[in-house]
Amino acid sequence: MTTNVDPEKTAKDSPIEIHLATGAADGGASPPAAGAQPGATSAEPSLGPPIFRLHDLGVWYGNHHAVKGVTMEVPKNAITALIGPSGCGKSTALRCLNRMNDLIPGARVEGRVLFGDEDLLSSDVDPVDLRGRIGMVFQKPNPFPKSIKDNLEFGMKVNGIKPTAERVEQALVDAALWDEVKDRLKAEAFSLSGGQQQRLCIARAIAVEPEVILMDEPCSALDPIATLAIEDLMKKLAERYTLVVVTHNMQQAARISDQVAFMTVEGTAEGNRTGVLAEVGTARQIFSAPKDPRTEAYITGRVG
Amino acid sequence: MTPPDRPRARRSARGRFGEKAVLLALAAAATISVLVTVGIVVVLVEEGALFFTDVPITEFFTGTQWFPLEGKFGVLPLLNASIVIALIAAVVAVPLGLGSAIYLSEYAPERLRRVVKPILEILAGMPTIVLGFFALDAVTPALQMVFPGLGLYNALAAGIVVGLLITPLISSLSEDAMRAVPNSMREGAFGLGATRRVVSLRVVVPAALSGIVASIVLAISRAIGETMAVTLAAGTIPNLSWNPLEGMQTITAYIVQVSKGEATRGSLQYDSIFAVGLLLFVVTLVINIIAVRIVRKYRTVYQ
Repeated sequence: MTTNVDPEKTAKDSPIEIHLATGAADGGASPPAAGAQPGATSAEPSLGPPIFRLHDLGVWYGNHHAVKGVTMEVPKNAITALIGPSGCGKSTALRCLNRMNDLIPGARVEGRVLFGDEDLLSSDVDPVDLRGRIGMVFQKPNPFPKSIKDNLEFGMKVNGIKPTAERVEQALVDAALWDEVKDRLKAEAFSLSGGQQQRLCIARAIAVEPEVILMDEPCSALDPIATLAIEDLMKKLAERYTLVVVTHNMQQAARISDQVAFMTVEGTAEGNRTGVLAEVGTARQIFSAPKDPRTEAYITGRVG
Repeated sequence: MTPPDRPRARRSARGRFGEKAVLLALAAAATISVLVTVGIVVVLVEEGALFFTDVPITEFFTGTQWFPLEGKFGVLPLLNASIVIALIAAVVAVPLGLGSAIYLSEYAPERLRRVVKPILEILAGMPTIVLGFFALDAVTPALQMVFPGLGLYNALAAGIVVGLLITPLISSLSEDAMRAVPNSMREGAFGLGATRRVVSLRVVVPAALSGIVASIVLAISRAIGETMAVTLAAGTIPNLSWNPLEGMQTITAYIVQVSKGEATRGSLQYDSIFAVGLLLFVVTLVINIIAVRIVRKYRTVYQ
C-alpha cells in the first residue's frame, strides 16, 4: 500500500519540506479557503505564514530522551493537530511552546523554537511572561476552586489586565459559555459540568488575550456532545488565534485541523522510547495520502 | 476453548476460623478504646459534679481568683492563662508552620523535602519537659535581654516553646493539605502566566485552606492541652492577666500541681482538678469539633 505513490505529490521527499514549500508560497492568504497553488499540490489548501518555527527540537527528562528532532512550522491563525500513539511525546513537544517543561525538575529542552523572530528557548525569555502570550488548555478541566468570575479575573490580574465586567463577559461569550453562566457568575466553577468547565478554562485562557492557545487533549475527559461543542469553539477561535492541539483522536484531528503533525515512537538500543516527528502536512494530505508508512499504518488503524 | 470443568475444592467451615478471630480481635480493640474514652468522661463528670455540689458553678465561671486553700475557686485566671499561652503559641507557630509548609510543598526540591520533613516531625515528638527546660534555660534568658526585669516564670517564654512544639503539627498537616491540591491546578495557573509566588499564595493555599485551617485549630487545641512545658516555664501562681511578661498558671499546670500530691484525696482541692479537667476536656472537644466542621464544610473534593 505504501508504495502506491500519489502522482500529485511532486518532487519533495520530506513532508516537512513539502509543508515549508506551501507555507512559503502562500505569502499570507487566509487558511483553508484558497484552492490551487502554483508549484504545490493542487488539492492542498493553503496554510498561513508560520508563527512558530521549530528546529530540531528535543526534550530530555534526566537521561531519557523523550522527544528528538522535531522540525516543523506552525501556521498562524490555523489549527495544527499533533497526533500519534501514547508516549510519542506529543504533549511534551506541545509543552515546549510555552516553556511548561521548565516546571519539571530534570527536564531539558534542546533545539530552537522561533516564535516570530525570538527563540523561546533562550534564557532571555521569561517563561512567566511568555505564558501570558501563549495560553494553554489542559487535558482535564482544571478550573480553580473559585467562582466563575474569579477564575477569569485571576489570569487578567496576573497579566496586568484590568478585570472589568466587559472583559469577563467577552471572554465567556468567545468561549460560548456566556448564555449558560451569565446569571451565576459568582457560582463555584466546580458546579459546572465537565464540558462547561473546559469551556471556562478556554475562556480563562482567552481572557488574557494570548496570541496562541495550546490545547493538550482538551476533550479527552469529555463526553461526545461536550466534545463537539469544544470542537466548534476551536474552529471559531482559529479565526483569531493560532491553535496547537494535541489529540489522540484522529477523527477529531480530521474534523478540526488545518495542519497535522504525526509523531511516533522509536525504540533505542538501550530500550528507551523516544518520540519523533514522522510527518507533517495539511490535514487533507495526511489523512488521504500519507507519505510516511508509519503514518499510514497509524491512520488506517493497523498500529496504535 | 473453555477450560475443563474441574470441581473446586470445598473449603471447610473451619477454614474460615481465622477470619472470625481477626474480626473479633479488631472489634475488641475498637470497643476497648471507645470504652476507655467513655470511662474517662464518666469519671471526669462524676468527680466534677462532686466539686460543683460545694462550689456553685456560677462562682466557678465568674470568680476572678483561684486560691483553693482559701476556698476561692474562680477558674478565670487558669482559663485565661491557658488562652494567653495558646495565643502566643499560635502567633509563633502559624507563620513558622505555614511558611515551612508552603516552602516544602511549593518550593523545595523533592530531595530536600524528603530530608527536612522528617526532621520537622521529630520536633513534634520532642518530650515537652525538655522544651520546658529549654524555655527556662534559653528562651527566658534571651527574652530578659529584651525585657529587663522579666521574671524567670513568664507566659511569653512558655508560649514560645509551645509554639515551637505545635509548629511541626501545622507545617506537616498543612503541607499534606497543599500537596493534595492536584498538580493540574498549579499547571493551570502557571499556564496563565502566574509566578510561583502567585501560584502558591493565590491558588494552592486557598485550595488547601480547609486543611490549613484545620491544622491550625488542631494545633491550638494541642497548645491548650499542653502541660509540662507550661508548668515549668510559666510557673504555678494563678494570675488573671493578659500581660505575657507575667507568670501565670494554666489549667494543666494546676492539675499537675495538685495531683503531684499537695492535696489529700477527697478534699475540695482534690475534686477541683476534675472540675478544671472537665473544663479543659470540653474546651478542646469544642475546638476539635470546630476543626472537623471546617474540614467538612469547606473541603473541596478534587477528582
